[in-house]
Amino acid sequence: MAKRIELNVNGQSHTIEAEPDMPLLYALRDDLGLSNPRFGCGLAQCGACTVLLDGVPTRSCATPVDSIVGKKVTTLNGIGTPGKPHKVQAAFIEEQVPQCGYCLNGWIMTSVALLEKTPKPNDGQIREALAGIKCRCGTHTAVLRAVKRAAQV
Amino acid sequence: MNININRRNLLASAGALVVSVTLPGVKARAAISTLASRLPLKPEQLATYISINQDGSEVGWIGKVDMGQGTDIGWIKMIAEELDLPTDRVSMVQGHSDVTVNMGGASGSTGIWKGGAAMRNAAAEARRALVELASEKLGIPADRLRVTDGVVSDKNDPGKKVSYGELIGGRHFDLQLEWNNVIGNDLLVKGKAKPKSPSEYKTVGKPGTKRRDVAPKVLGTIEYMVDVKVPGMLHGRMIRPPVAGAVPIGVDEASVKDIPGVKVVWQKGLLGVVAPKEWDAIRASQQLKITWSDAKPPFPSQSALYEHIRKAPIVKQDPEVKFGDVDAAFASAAKVVEATYEWPFQSHAPMSPACGVADVRDGEATVWTGSQKAHYCAEGVAKMLNLPVEKVKAVQMIGPGSYGRNDSGDAVMDAAVLSKAVGKPVRVQGMRYEGHGWDPKAPASVHVSRAAVDKDGKVIGWQFDSKAFSKRDTLNNEGSPEHTLAGQLMDWPLKPVMLFGHPDESYGFPSIRKTSATIAPLLDRASPLRTAHLRDPGGPQTHFAVESFMDELALAINMDPVEFRVRNLKNPRDIALIKAVAEKAGWQAHVGARKQLKGEVYVGQGVAYGARGGTRVAMIAEVEVNRTTGKVWPKRFTVAHDCGQIIAPDLLRLTIEGNIVQSTSRALWEEVKFDSKSVTSIDWRSYPIVDMADAPEAIDIILIDHPELPPTGAGEGSTRPTAGALANAIFDATGIRLRQAPFTPERLKAGMA
Repeated sequence: MAKRIELNVNGQSHTIEAEPDMPLLYALRDDLGLSNPRFGCGLAQCGACTVLLDGVPTRSCATPVDSIVGKKVTTLNGIGTPGKPHKVQAAFIEEQVPQCGYCLNGWIMTSVALLEKTPKPNDGQIREALAGIKCRCGTHTAVLRAVKRAAQV
Repeated sequence: MNININRRNLLASAGALVVSVTLPGVKARAAISTLASRLPLKPEQLATYISINQDGSEVGWIGKVDMGQGTDIGWIKMIAEELDLPTDRVSMVQGHSDVTVNMGGASGSTGIWKGGAAMRNAAAEARRALVELASEKLGIPADRLRVTDGVVSDKNDPGKKVSYGELIGGRHFDLQLEWNNVIGNDLLVKGKAKPKSPSEYKTVGKPGTKRRDVAPKVLGTIEYMVDVKVPGMLHGRMIRPPVAGAVPIGVDEASVKDIPGVKVVWQKGLLGVVAPKEWDAIRASQQLKITWSDAKPPFPSQSALYEHIRKAPIVKQDPEVKFGDVDAAFASAAKVVEATYEWPFQSHAPMSPACGVADVRDGEATVWTGSQKAHYCAEGVAKMLNLPVEKVKAVQMIGPGSYGRNDSGDAVMDAAVLSKAVGKPVRVQGMRYEGHGWDPKAPASVHVSRAAVDKDGKVIGWQFDSKAFSKRDTLNNEGSPEHTLAGQLMDWPLKPVMLFGHPDESYGFPSIRKTSATIAPLLDRASPLRTAHLRDPGGPQTHFAVESFMDELALAINMDPVEFRVRNLKNPRDIALIKAVAEKAGWQAHVGARKQLKGEVYVGQGVAYGARGGTRVAMIAEVEVNRTTGKVWPKRFTVAHDCGQIIAPDLLRLTIEGNIVQSTSRALWEEVKFDSKSVTSIDWRSYPIVDMADAPEAIDIILIDHPELPPTGAGEGSTRPTAGALANAIFDATGIRLRQAPFTPERLKAGMA
């Protein structure tokens, strides 16, 4: 049964009517019109839907909307703007990382969280943090360069 | 989002005026024309490809599309070069069916190779026309004029000048081009003007022009196919049968009546649901009770796949490639080397299952597609809906990767059928199991390679026989309903194209015969194992076999693999690549497997090469194979790449990197799994692809530029040799010769046990 649910996304409060078990992804995309997190698998296997929940990278496709009440949601364009991109975004642009770019939420949001926790990660730490995120175009080597570049800022 | 509005703005800013006059006394007649006069688009018209805005900037209109490799920047550089404009004053409109002519969409790595050739000629002709206009206007002979950043001026008196914007800004060229009467990839136009000599290039061949889609993608400000919203739009989901070939025979609509606004669409074998809310459409698709027809499970067991291919009757033989007397060579051989190689079905597996939106009403349709071929999409939808093609507009959107004829071509047709049925715009997106399970697949194949060696150890004959499923059970575009799932489910008569193809190389053995035979699909309609183009169709399969075999042959005659290729390749460009890559990678000549153990890993190097459409690539892979787990790490690649004239070297490097990582994924990990009923690898666990943990440490790329040659394609050539290079490196590391892809830890472990 649909119910009223309050969400805090990119610093703004919203109230939606939704089935409590509906994944957060659909609330963000369809109810709030925030298209950054994207459906990739619905199984938390790829990362295309990644958002930060209180700073922790989370797969919104497999997170019931009812379970995040009271938590702060941050999406891709909540971390930086065209005028003031996040350093991870700036590095991804500098390295011209994406091809199709559909996967970017996973790489960027997870890298942002990694650099918060580990500002100067080594190659192994980056690979470990980003394990499991999918990119079908094969931009992995460019992603590695970009995260290393961002870590130097 | 409404792309129509965006595009209208673009054209409005291009200043299309509403009156039509002809400028007097000018040979290159420039007519002021309306947007309406742009249509119908004529391939032989310069204005179809090139227009100049009032501010003197340029718009290139191309019936091809960049899929994220920077192909558009290539076109921009080529156009800017010919028009003597800075690249930031050139922009592209790509792919939309109603404002560009059909130049094949993204296809066969022809973006720069063929699309670029046409645009370059058109831009050169536009410059010629503009200089003539300037000559008339300034009263100065054309040969005394020069162009700098879109301003035409007198060489002797630079104060006498006129800009492109002043000459024709906001109006359309009215000038005919010579057109080769071909629509699609091979469309070529040329004017009287000759494009510049490479010695004059200012931007072509130079790095530094950034892609324009990257920042908006990274900042989350760009709209993808999945973001398209049309007022009144419903969300749709398709329902696929549990046994391939089954069709619905009963649908219990009451089973979803608790979900708000759900409608069921059932037409012949096609079944879908729509609902105002996306989550409700998903729930309805999972909750709907369906009775399926009793279809006989159509597939052999996975383990019998290659046996099936070997035994299946041949439906069609590709034209043979033959020279010299191969039979005589084998009859006189002192030694015959023979090996068989096998390649599985593979999935496009884009990051998102396909999405399409259709708005069908009042005898017209607009569809939004992430496919690479919007023109064909419009044709296919028109045919399906029984509408005149000019009543269907296909809008090209950014999809989740493409890599060939993926499931996008199916989603848009599903959306069109649903939209027509419910009379409202419908957005269809697949679920993950459809993305993996029901996308068209790259064909599985078996390759037998045999060589005749004489008593002196010289290779005197080579025979290469491929037997495979066709690479085009469904065509490489969605231009007709029978080439889509919806069409096949709705009983459109099938028109499969039986074709697999040959490897492309320049081995100079005295006699060669290459054959290629195709077999019938395992299920003749709406099959989750139907085939279609996947990046470099047939290339990874055949070149895995050829390049593995060349190493086996080198070993049989006690020769180093690099030396073998240098001696036996005949095209000097190929030989140069092999030498360059061997030097850069620090190749140590050796015969046979070295099995060097360093700690827990065996290390090895392998070489391979391949050609594709004039582009040639040599590669050395360096691998580490874990002695306990059997896991292969493709540690480093060294690549030498020759695609003729280079347009944008920095973007070319990134394209090559992507190709290598993706083709590494296919070589090491990817295999479509199925049981008798359907495909069973339906997510990222059951269909693993390369992970960050396995990404190469480095990909060293040597670009060999031939400015004097036309550019050839770079979108797929470097996909081709990867599997062979890896197989050969694994052999060097472990002594295990893998003749079946993918090279999984299980296979390596079994070999090392």
